[in-house]
Order: sequence, then structure tokens, then C-alpha cells
Amino acid sequence: MGAHAQPLDVLPETEAVHWRPRVDATRLRRVGSLWTLTTVAHVVPFVGAAALLMVLQPLALPVAIACLAHAWVIPELYAQRGANVLRPRGRAADEPERRSVGLLGDLVGHDARELHARTGLVLEPGRLGPWIVGEAGAVLLHGRRLRKVFCYCIKVDARAIAATGGAQPLPSGDRIAHLLLALRADEQGFATVANLTFAGARWRLRRRMPATARRAVDAALCGLDNASRVAS
Amino acid sequence: MSKLIRMDHTGHSTVAEWTFKDPAAVEAAVQSFRAELERGYLAMVSTGPGHAEQVRELPVDADLVILRLPISGG
Repeated sequence: MGAHAQPLDVLPETEAVHWRPRVDATRLRRVGSLWTLTTVAHVVPFVGAAALLMVLQPLALPVAIACLAHAWVIPELYAQRGANVLRPRGRAADEPERRSVGLLGDLVGHDARELHARTGLVLEPGRLGPWIVGEAGAVLLHGRRLRKVFCYCIKVDARAIAATGGAQPLPSGDRIAHLLLALRADEQGFATVANLTFAGARWRLRRRMPATARRAVDAALCGLDNASRVAS
Repeated sequence: MSKLIRMDHTGHSTVAEWTFKDPAAVEAAVQSFRAELERGYLAMVSTGPGHAEQVRELPVDADLVILRLPISGG
């Protein structure tokens, strides 16, 4: 009889992405810088081209405007991709939804329960920063004053659902609870397994988020302010 | 009363319930636990606010053991 728990520190799912370096604060900084550089590399050539066109030939104004539009649209598309990780997915029937939300409520505290009722998202503190966990992804707020965001696409493996004989999708609360438990067990492993869809300034993501998700970001910042107040 | 639950399309299902004082119930829970792990589920126990651990053997002293499916990048 197995009377003793055998804790496992590392998410077993990391084996499936063994080639990825384990995410830590240093790696987040490096990845964040790389995304900033990529954004600059997208924006600067188009802005430069627009400026050059106007200097060389003012009649090329429409082309210059098109260049500026590209410089604006491309970073916005990336930010939108990041915001999409928190979008709600399809709903199951009422009873499974109610049961799953009940279980999720048992896993989190009162404030997180209340936030979930308002936004459908769960705010979870972590060592790397606060996480906003949705049904098919999570956003990590990181850095000084939480000004950087890292958006991760991660969800219950569809192959695993099929392998266990399940044909129907999980209700929303269970989808979040799966991610939450994995995050709590191994935060770095969670970030390693997940696919990064966007990294950048918080304000860039916030603009592309639905109002409900913005409330979750505000709650994270409110938590930061409270922590600062307690510390001082 | 301790519970082993599985997150599934119904919200969650209770796979086993046991108490320390009932060795037969504990043994049945252990068997169910192993069967679920063989099906591909991963077992988690909460270890305080914001913390969880994955376990390979049923922690019979835990109040709640949750079975979850593996996750992957989307």
C-alpha cells in the first residue's frame, strides 16, 4: 500500500519539451529583451522608410502612410496574440460548469474567487510574479512595477483527453484548475512547457485585452500596491 | 473523510473516498489511484496556499487528492 506521498518537484510535462531551457528570472529578462529588439526591428525600418520617402518625394505620401500603418499594425498584432490567451473558450453544460467552478473555488482564496466570478480569470501569486490564469493560457506580470508581461498559451493536452477516453471538452473551471495546479507545483516548469505568444510592455497588452481581463491586471497591480504599502 | 477526485467533463467525479480507520477503503482507494495514473492522469495534492505537489503514491493522510490531465503548450 502506498502510504507515503512522493513529491515530484518538476512537472513531468517538461520532458516533452526537453530542448527548452528552464525558464527563470534571467531567462525572462533575456527573452523580454529579444522581443523588444524584434519589435524595434519591425517598427524602425517602416518608420525610416516612411520618413525617407517623404524627404525624397512628398508625392509618395500614400506609400509613406502605408509604411507607418505597417509599423503600427505589426506590434499590435503581436499584442493581440498575447491578449488572446485569456479569451474565454466554449462553455460546457450548466451542471458541469457549476461543479467545476465549485472545485476551482475550493482551490483559491476569497479574493481570487471573487475575481473569477467577475472576470472568469484567476490571479495567482508566483515567485516570478503574479499570474493571471485563464482557460487556455496565462499571463505573467514581471519586472519592476510589473511593467513587463509574458503571455503563455497552455492548455490541457487534447491527446491526453482522448487517451483517457474523454470525448467531451472540460468545463471552464476545470480547464483553469488544471493550469493552476500545474503552476503551483512547478512555476518554472509551467512557463517552460507553455508556448510564449507575446512578451512586452504591459500597456501594449492591456489595450488589446477585453475589459474583464483588464480588471484582472488591475487586481494584480492593486496587490502590488498593497504589498508596497505593507513593506513601507 | 478523504477524497480522490478526477477532473473531467462532468466538472469532477469522486473516484474514491476513505478514512484512516477503514483499511479496506484505503486499499480500494490506492487501487483506484493507481488505475487512474495508468490511464494517464497525474495526481496533485495542495500543500498550503499557492502550493501543490505531484504525487505518485496515494497520500492517505491527505484530505483531497486531485487527478488532472497533462498540459501542453497550445
